[in-house]
Amino acid sequence: MNISEHTAQAHADKTVGEPLVKNAKMSMRGVNVFYADKQAIYGVDLDIGRNEVIAMIGPSGCGKSTFLRCLNRMNDTIDICRVEGKLMLENQDIYDPSLDVVPLRARVGMVFQKPNPFPKSIYDNVAYGPRIHGLASRRTELDEIVETSLRKAGLWDEVKDRLHGPGTGLSGGQQQRLCIARTIAVSPEVILMDEPCSALDPIATAKIEELIAELSENYTIAIVTHSMQQAARVSHRTAYFHLGKLIEVNDTEKVFTNPDHDLTEAYITGRFG
Amino acid sequence: MTSAESTIEKVNKNLARRYRAEQRFRLYGILSVLFGLSCLVVLFTDIIGKGYKGFVSTEIYLTVDLSSDDLGISDPEVENAFMQADFEGAIKRALYARLDVTDRRAKRALNALISSGASYALRDQVKRQPELLDSSHGFWLLADDDVDTWYKSVDSKSPFTGRLSDEQLTWLQTLDFSGELRTALNTTFFTSGDSREPEMAGIMGAALGSFFTVLVTLLLSFPIGVAAAVYLEEYAPKNRWTDLIEVNINNLAAVPSIIFGLLGLAIFINFFEMPRSIPLVGGLVLTLMTLPTIIISSRAAIKAVPPSIREAALGLGASKMQMVMHHVLPLAMPGMLTGAIIGMAQALGETAPLLMIGMVAFVVDLPGGVMDAATALPVQIFLWADSPERAFVEKTSAAIMVLLGFLFLMNALAVWLRRRLERRW
Repeated sequence: MNISEHTAQAHADKTVGEPLVKNAKMSMRGVNVFYADKQAIYGVDLDIGRNEVIAMIGPSGCGKSTFLRCLNRMNDTIDICRVEGKLMLENQDIYDPSLDVVPLRARVGMVFQKPNPFPKSIYDNVAYGPRIHGLASRRTELDEIVETSLRKAGLWDEVKDRLHGPGTGLSGGQQQRLCIARTIAVSPEVILMDEPCSALDPIATAKIEELIAELSENYTIAIVTHSMQQAARVSHRTAYFHLGKLIEVNDTEKVFTNPDHDLTEAYITGRFG
Repeated sequence: MTSAESTIEKVNKNLARRYRAEQRFRLYGILSVLFGLSCLVVLFTDIIGKGYKGFVSTEIYLTVDLSSDDLGISDPEVENAFMQADFEGAIKRALYARLDVTDRRAKRALNALISSGASYALRDQVKRQPELLDSSHGFWLLADDDVDTWYKSVDSKSPFTGRLSDEQLTWLQTLDFSGELRTALNTTFFTSGDSREPEMAGIMGAALGSFFTVLVTLLLSFPIGVAAAVYLEEYAPKNRWTDLIEVNINNLAAVPSIIFGLLGLAIFINFFEMPRSIPLVGGLVLTLMTLPTIIISSRAAIKAVPPSIREAALGLGASKMQMVMHHVLPLAMPGMLTGAIIGMAQALGETAPLLMIGMVAFVVDLPGGVMDAATALPVQIFLWADSPERAFVEKTSAAIMVLLGFLFLMNALAVWLRRRLERRW
């Protein structure tokens, strides 16, 4: 089967596996995304369960990052981007025109591909979110949030002596963990991670993966990754995207051992990607 | 194998030619830099060579009899007593006595050697020290500009082509021979406004005028320019209207400054009926002129802020304004300040629009605020360069040096601010 046949099949098929779960944290129905006239996502139905880590995999340009960025309306910053469909965070319609994105993004945090700490001190990086949302009324409270967040991100011991040193002076892996600490400092319910390890070396990656496992106890995590090993290691469920369509969603173990769909199998066995 | 060897041979054959081309390329660069530098050196030598004399002035030593009766001061305590006193006469009498002149015609020729400003300086000094009254004292008094020119030409052994008669030159040589002529730091130049008499003319009025003008320009154009740039970069939708605005801003930056002067004349003076020659109007006109520069450089600085920082802020739930105020502006500030200071330097050196709104007037008093009639440094240079008196040549060069000094200071400030505020990310 060559690629064009795959494509034909992808357009024809509905999502296989179990895209929907009971008592979902986030549920998306019939999501279409357009960049100007070009459609990037075709009719995706997907649920994200509570305290679950869902991995989104697929070849480059398949729309998995675009889909992830719909979940906290980061696509709003792109003028030509248009989102259709129903996206719910518990009982809240994410794309309700009357919804304010500020509290939404406080509930659904995001970690980006490239570590992007602010050019401020480590402390100020972590304290920024609580400050703008007014989460701490006193200095000691803020100190506590910063410490807890850094501890949760596994960075506290490495930076506790230089909290007021620049965040940009850390190594790449530390910077990414700082960004995670910054995200969890506002206590979001869901954390979106857009290829958080693609700019990191294997040791830093391993640390982040450990961290994801720990965080999944308290947070719901959606992670986009290019590394299938990573998806297999950290996630409970895996969603496979192909050319803007959601092909298959299943438990991670099943996806990587016995996928339901030919395309998924072709991708995870490395026949294309 | 053979083809690989021939490739290497071909490369080697071309190598020498490539290196020669490279060296020629470097040479062109060095020549351009040298050309620019030599022009600068010629310009500076000329200006400094002429201008440094402007910072000193010639003085004549005279023993003046300060008797109250001759001066017409009945009571030094009375207000205006010194204003009406005849110090000019006292100086003239001292001059006649020193050179033994009695003839009316010769007296007139002799009077021409002392500056008309000398009596004011003497009056002020005696007013400060009333104990000098009713006795004779020696004073160094400001000489006329022709004497100044002659004395400086003697100093530098260059030919004198002034307006002094042989008789006057003889007197001056007598005074010079006995050490009664000297050059001293020309404080008048730094402290007073313009004057018809070159030896009395100072740069302070124009410098203050420039200061007020640039102050108005800075206070208006920086906030407006930054706000416009932030709106256009961060908020404005990208459509035909914003494209049109962008094109027009770029066009405005290329409009000759005299057009802005005409605009200011038509709007601020004719329509709003503001007074002519005041720094406020000058500042408004220069604001119009500098705005495009500031907007363009501010937009470039805002564009250069990495998108990842914006995403980080938005992703944490910062509002757009928080993102701009907390992250984009601080990171863009060095670039915006540099643009603003370069705009200010441009405004400081601008002449044409100020001519149109009447800041080319002859203003003797030092301006005390933005509503006082004033002139500006470059306009002062223009006025002096236009004056027929020979002594204004060195004043012109001296004024150019002062203006260049300010410009250097502003550029140095821009560099310092950029270094200071620049942050890595």
